[in-house]
Amino acid sequence: MTFWNNPINFIGYWLNGILTGWHLPAAIASILLYVIGIIVLILFAMTLDIGLVWVERKVVARFQDRLGPNRIGPFGLIQPVADIIKMVIKEDITPDGADKIIYNVAPVLAATSVIVLWAILPLASTIYGVDLNVGLLFIVAAGALGTLAIIMAGWSSNNKYALLGAFRMVSNMISYEIPMVIILLIPTILANTMSVRGITQAQSGMWFAILSPLALLIFLISAIAELGRSPFDLNEAESEIVAGFHIEYTGMKFGWFYAGELLHAFTFGGFIAILFFGGYGGFFGLEKLAVLTWLNIPFVQALVFIAKATFGYWVIMWIKYSVPRIRIDHMLAFNWKFLVPLSLVVLVNTATLNKVLIVLPNWLYVLGMFGSNIVIGYATIEILRAYGRKQRKAEKIPEPQAHTQEQAV
Amino acid sequence: MTAEQIIFLLTGALVLVSALMVVTVRNLLHAALWLVVALFGVAVLYAILQANFLAVVQVVVYIGAIAILFIFAVMLTRREAMEKGRQTRNNWWIPALLGLTILTGLAVLILSFPGVQRTEAVLPAGLDTVQALGTALVSPDAYVLPFEVASVLMLAALVGAVYIATVDKK
Repeated sequence: MTFWNNPINFIGYWLNGILTGWHLPAAIASILLYVIGIIVLILFAMTLDIGLVWVERKVVARFQDRLGPNRIGPFGLIQPVADIIKMVIKEDITPDGADKIIYNVAPVLAATSVIVLWAILPLASTIYGVDLNVGLLFIVAAGALGTLAIIMAGWSSNNKYALLGAFRMVSNMISYEIPMVIILLIPTILANTMSVRGITQAQSGMWFAILSPLALLIFLISAIAELGRSPFDLNEAESEIVAGFHIEYTGMKFGWFYAGELLHAFTFGGFIAILFFGGYGGFFGLEKLAVLTWLNIPFVQALVFIAKATFGYWVIMWIKYSVPRIRIDHMLAFNWKFLVPLSLVVLVNTATLNKVLIVLPNWLYVLGMFGSNIVIGYATIEILRAYGRKQRKAEKIPEPQAHTQEQAV
Repeated sequence: MTAEQIIFLLTGALVLVSALMVVTVRNLLHAALWLVVALFGVAVLYAILQANFLAVVQVVVYIGAIAILFIFAVMLTRREAMEKGRQTRNNWWIPALLGLTILTGLAVLILSFPGVQRTEAVLPAGLDTVQALGTALVSPDAYVLPFEVASVLMLAALVGAVYIATVDKK
């Protein structure tokens, strides 16, 4: 093992050597190493977060046909640093009648609920915090803490808009958690484990995105809802309730919510990569070829993972800046009448076909799983179309028609 | 004392203190948040016992769903209602006495149980507890019947809730 192949573990062994060289007991040395590891992981996530501020602002500018930050540093790269300095030196205001302790704990809890997710995120085959055998449920549990933070912020601010934002967040989270939990069962069924690392390893031959594209789609939608990003950003809808739950927060306390949101989006990009695109691996067996064995180097794996996670993050940003906010009753109806039934159908289909088709040769198994998803997707669209037609007939709205140029004139 | 025992004692103290705060603080929302702390402490206790699945489910179900619904309901109550009024009733000593009796009874019962002093065998390395639990829930010679009965009960509760909530269209 050399430094460049596997830097994190190399440094870990080196530090362990130094600590035991100081005649520290092995138990204390390993606890110290864990603490250092946790701090390094959090620092890595937060440093990445600073970069994400720049990425987010540049990408939104591109989507909206603007230039974005371009004054400080080349391509505005130093802009996030300036932003942070501004946030830290701004006046810290606590509103009258606020519940001080809860008001101050909420931003910390919001950022924590995101950072704990990094504990189970495997960056490479040898670089991961902990390999929990209940990893997928851990994602849901961390989401629950995030909801709690938003409720605390909304209630303790002593502001009606903030409270409205918190109410909306609760109805949003409680409902979109259900399709998300159902869909998380699909990688579990396909990989036979709930461990995030196990799921990554199970995809070394075939991505779950190909075995179950509908599951990927539903997970993406419910992940965006869980993030509270547009089109589901009703909890902070600036045109209706000003800024929602974080309306009263100033300076770095607002900064924690903002940083948490960006890192949360990136982390979910990472989970999309892990659950459906093979995470740090998933090269379809190519890494076994003699010329491509360098794909197994942990450092390369980490780069592959970051690239895949960034792609997921980019898709989330793409949706955020292209789709307008939807009304709350539409949002709830969409969840309960569309996503939940569809995810149940996909779950039953995957669970059954996985057992039936496993006896077939591999290519037929993949084709069968993919084909069944396409059939379900097509049937869903047909049912929706028929329902829309019925509704229009009942309300006497003319059918939408494609016009040629002459007709339009 | 091992590190595990220290963590257990600290967590136990946290659970007890926060449970006491739940019933004594005047502000209902603070009570609900203390309840969250108590439930989280219980999750930590499960984690110490290596019951990962139970620990995570405790957070998902009790904090993620039940406590948040509590808080949601409490947020809709008026603030004045929380901060006035007495916190005890005249006959408070009856439930206190009953509680004490039940606690003593349970303590005596548990201490007389022969297995209480036994140290549990260490789990074999590489045992996937989640898989074992899943198999036990659906295998006929384990818990398939109670599991299915509970599922039917849940379904009945769901149908009942939908029926009550439905607006009668006449």
